Amino acid sequence: MPSKVHVQTTINGEEVEFLCEPRQSLLEVLRDVLYLTGSKEGCNNGNCGACSVILDGRLVNSCLVLGAEIEGKSVETVEGLAEPDKLHPIQDAFLENAALQCGICTPGFIVAAKALLDKNPNPTEHEIRYWLAGNLCRCTGYDKIVRAVQDAAQIMSSEVSA
Amino acid sequence: MASWGEARDSRLIGQRIPRLSGADKVTGKAKYTFDVNQPGMLYGRILGSPVTHAEITAINLSEAEALPGVKAAIPLIEPGKRVRYQGQEIAAVAAETDDIAKDAIRLIRFDYEELPYVVDVEEAMTEDAPQLHEDRPGNQSKPGIDERGDIEAGFAEAAKVVEATYHAPVQTHVSLETHGHVAAWDGDNLTVWASTQAVFGTRRDLAQHFNLPEDKVRVITEHMGGGFGSKFGPGVEGRAAAELARKAEAPVKLMVTRKDEHLVSGNRPSMTQHVRAGATKDGRLIAYDLRGYGTGGISGGAGFTGPYVYHVPNVRTEKFAVSINAGNARAMRAPGHPQGAFGMDSLMDELAEQLGMDALEFRRINSDSQPRRNEIRQTEYTLGAREIGWHRRNKVPGAGRGVKKRGIGMGCGQWGGGGGKGTQARVTIHADGTVEAVTGTQDLGTGIRTVIAIIVAEELGLRPQDITVKIGDSAPGLASGGSGGSQTIGSVTPVIKTAAIAAKQKLFEHIAPQWGVEPEALRAASGKLYLASDRTKTISWKEATGHLGMETISEGGYWDEELRIGDVAGVQFAEVEVDTETGVVKPIKIVAVQDCGMVVNRLTTESQINGGVIMGLSYALLEDRVMDAQTGKMINPNMSDYKVAGTMEIPEIKAIALDTGRKVTGIGEPPTIPTAGAIANAVYNAIGVRIRELPITPDKVLSALAEKGKA
Repeated sequence: MPSKVHVQTTINGEEVEFLCEPRQSLLEVLRDVLYLTGSKEGCNNGNCGACSVILDGRLVNSCLVLGAEIEGKSVETVEGLAEPDKLHPIQDAFLENAALQCGICTPGFIVAAKALLDKNPNPTEHEIRYWLAGNLCRCTGYDKIVRAVQDAAQIMSSEVSA
Repeated sequence: MASWGEARDSRLIGQRIPRLSGADKVTGKAKYTFDVNQPGMLYGRILGSPVTHAEITAINLSEAEALPGVKAAIPLIEPGKRVRYQGQEIAAVAAETDDIAKDAIRLIRFDYEELPYVVDVEEAMTEDAPQLHEDRPGNQSKPGIDERGDIEAGFAEAAKVVEATYHAPVQTHVSLETHGHVAAWDGDNLTVWASTQAVFGTRRDLAQHFNLPEDKVRVITEHMGGGFGSKFGPGVEGRAAAELARKAEAPVKLMVTRKDEHLVSGNRPSMTQHVRAGATKDGRLIAYDLRGYGTGGISGGAGFTGPYVYHVPNVRTEKFAVSINAGNARAMRAPGHPQGAFGMDSLMDELAEQLGMDALEFRRINSDSQPRRNEIRQTEYTLGAREIGWHRRNKVPGAGRGVKKRGIGMGCGQWGGGGGKGTQARVTIHADGTVEAVTGTQDLGTGIRTVIAIIVAEELGLRPQDITVKIGDSAPGLASGGSGGSQTIGSVTPVIKTAAIAAKQKLFEHIAPQWGVEPEALRAASGKLYLASDRTKTISWKEATGHLGMETISEGGYWDEELRIGDVAGVQFAEVEVDTETGVVKPIKIVAVQDCGMVVNRLTTESQINGGVIMGLSYALLEDRVMDAQTGKMINPNMSDYKVAGTMEIPEIKAIALDTGRKVTGIGEPPTIPTAGAIANAVYNAIGVRIRELPITPDKVLSALAEKGKA
């Protein structure tokens, strides 16, 4: 068996170290080593976006990144969004808009939306749709998801200006 | 006899209430089966057949078993038996990590003798095709024949006759969470976390498989990532997970891969129909003659509806299933209906055009033979036509100018969804004021958890978040049926409602003597109990329950069929834009008007309608299981080549959840039925060429336009 790799990294603002197999994906590390199961596996080949995380500010499919690659980097997952007693505005907007049903694609959409709004606080509807095209959902019809991101963008920009 | 009361008296029912599990789902806390981790848990994997049709002559697991980290390996087929489609299960392993399990799968050796196969429906019906079943000559099931009225007399009366062939492909479920289980043994007690639509059905299957009393098996489904009809039992993969766990003496998680999910975990059968239908000069549908078939894989049925919705007096239909070497069909969101509706609504438009009649008017005339549904449908026609702007459609199909042409079409659907007996539930009021509602149903994402809370809270005068809803677990022993056929709400809520009434009555019986009144004089609202004749005489909920002391109120309910209704009608309108240079169909807007009986939670009801529309749209324009006739394999078993609609394909969706009375009904399935027909008709209205084959992809649009150009 190959020897394990020691990785030091930052996940959701906290310094973390772990051992993983050289071939283990970041998604597997998050879910099976660190037990952060908020990032979901829908396809394990980069098609569905359910495993979306933000790696050094970039939106990635964590199933297509190796665990060993995150040495010295910073990862944001869905678990890092909410404060202890307060949901992130994107999370609130998903709830208010009923932008989820079974909910298994939801963490991926929320992380993707966060990555978008970090870069572009006031996206157009087309920009939102284009950005989220890498996330698949089988229940909700996307319409409500797009509305939720629009609402979140509005709330977040008014919070900033307030 | 219980009743839901009048709409004006409802505080919660019919409102827009965010789902109770929502916060867990948006933060990643919600645990799906895929997320369950147990101490010492192993990872299971299945070896699916890489060949399409073969007799397995030997299986050797020893190399796989010898790999360090592998804890168990089991065969899933006996030597001498056949695998009859790609992906059919051969063996399974459990190992310390998923990667080791993957390696072990590669070390399973098996010998086989390959057999001829056929994966194309038309080819399967030819004379020299391999015969896949001894009792299905020509690979065809015995046709089901239905005859009503006098078909010849009908056609004799017809002023116009249309003859056409419509086709719809095999569609796969593509639940975002694949099928899977985590199985753990404690002595001869088995606990299984299952991604299932049927907690109790899964328990029964596993108990029978392991010859255990049912109470030794516990099945848990706290959250599940979609099923759409494909997840009604443990299947080969669930039994394998439990077998591996027993052999390895450790918990095993076994989730089906996305590829195998496409190959073996079910699908909607294809449909091909040759239909001839006639209508009288004044627009009455008078005769309908259909011969149709589809494939449900190696042995599945392939039924579809036809004629559908509209009233036809003279009918002859002949339908059969064709076997091919592919995974079996399973129930899929309104089995048989979307494919039937696409054929029927295309036909209706073709007939209307022949008659020189407006397609909506033609439908109004033939609407529906069932009086209640007909009345609702007529209202739905009016609402939907207004919302889409029916008057804007091209009077002459394809008459629009420019490269991008717009068109408007419509389609219809109907569904049962009334629920049935067989659910047990309890509503428990504790002395500390907390309230539990417990039943063995499961929430597939539909929102039944929240609906249960709304109903109990409404009855007890509390808030939905005051109710702890415990579902998705067989341990309390309160059985409920599988969630299919849109039956959940109609089966579960009458029992919840009557249990809540009974529990409230018990609490009233505690308080009434202290006030010197009869229990009937009390009411519950806004977190208080009060006297109906004097609203100033109140006691807070918590104070009232405090009087229970060491007692707990726990009441069951019964299925009161007056609380629910089935047989719903739905109508949808679509506007599309077709790029005549690229052939791309872009939906602009879809209006879905759905008979919802009594809407309990408007927010989640609209979500279900949206969800139905997206799946119908995806079926109309994108989805297609493509089999390669040469290799006998599926070409697109993933989520990029098997296209499901994404954000860029989805237009504005206007969901109109129509309240049609004070009885609940299930609407998980009906809103996915009319969409494909509506889109196909809109495409025709846009370009003036009819595409009779789903999905309506750019190549078909361009070919059709080229044909039209030649003509």
